Amino acid sequence: MLKKIFVWFLLAVLGIALYASFGRAPFGENRVGPTDNPATVSAFYLKNSPEKLQTANSVTAIVVNFRGFDTLGEVTVLFLAATGLASILYRKEDEEGEHLPVRINLPASSIVRTGAKILFPLILLLGIYIFVHGHLTPGGGFQGGSVIATGFLLMFITYRRFGTNHKVMVWLESLSGLAFVLTGLYGLIKYGSFLQNTPDVGHLNDLVSGGLIPLIYIFIGIKVSTELTNVLDTLMNIKPKKR
Amino acid sequence: MKEFQEIFLRYHALLQAAVYGSAVLLILIGLYAVLMKKHLVKIVIGLSIIESGVNLLFVDVGYISNHTAPIFSPGYEHAADKMVDPVPQALVLTAIVIGFATTALALSLVIRLYRHHKTANIEQLKSLRW
Repeated sequence: MLKKIFVWFLLAVLGIALYASFGRAPFGENRVGPTDNPATVSAFYLKNSPEKLQTANSVTAIVVNFRGFDTLGEVTVLFLAATGLASILYRKEDEEGEHLPVRINLPASSIVRTGAKILFPLILLLGIYIFVHGHLTPGGGFQGGSVIATGFLLMFITYRRFGTNHKVMVWLESLSGLAFVLTGLYGLIKYGSFLQNTPDVGHLNDLVSGGLIPLIYIFIGIKVSTELTNVLDTLMNIKPKKR
Repeated sequence: MKEFQEIFLRYHALLQAAVYGSAVLLILIGLYAVLMKKHLVKIVIGLSIIESGVNLLFVDVGYISNHTAPIFSPGYEHAADKMVDPVPQALVLTAIVIGFATTALALSLVIRLYRHHKTANIEQLKSLRW
């Protein structure tokens, strides 16, 4: 009872404090300022994303170019989480104490199976489209990778025997991560700073524009999709207890 | 578009209360779940709700009234002055990915605990008490 009163008191204080501090920032106010002569970092990004980088999606320009090193760290965190998940859930074939039959033994109905078979390549295509066009339209490597992983999830829950080739997935993931780092080193060697973009950036709204940005986002897309698929594969294949 | 502007101006205070209030409410709901719920999976769900509340708050702060998405599509090449703040959106993109990673790791720890103790109820996990 005392705990309940304490929790409600804490929630009330936190709610009032949060609302009071954010209520002072008027909703919809222009905090970016003029972009011709940028005074804020947002205005600088909005000015330089189409002018210097010829990248239509300025969020992509920030994530991959202006803060590309940040994104390398983010990809590393995702990799560490996937590795940690696999190492926490790993167990040998004959180990005892397992009592978690995750996969339901009922087969999916033929409607679900046929629908999944039709939808799976289309979902993959949509994911690839999203990360190839990450610098032109909303979306990018992380979003496209997640879409591809949902396609694999559909197959995992529809076909009990559907499995990915673990070796191929791990190699794809490692090679795309390595390619991201090598792209950064290319900038370091050729232009003097890590992840430096090429000066040859093409023209705004072309498919090949923005220099290295689409290339890096394709690597991120492959890496994220294989990583999420591996996580799903690990979680789906928790082996039932041996009798 | 004109009508929308009028509505926006007339009900601005209400809109601000709704937009910030819903984000703060999401954070509070998630915190309530973390503090009061007994099942570990529900606690992880609470953490995810807190995270989405924080993300909503970020995007709310970056919004500028009557401005468009920060994408220079054909026809909007010179509309940089008419675009919302792209920095919170990029931050939220990062935060969502990190949130996925932490949720997956937390769930794997829950699975491991469930295997060991045969329960995911924190009141029955006696060995974790101090």
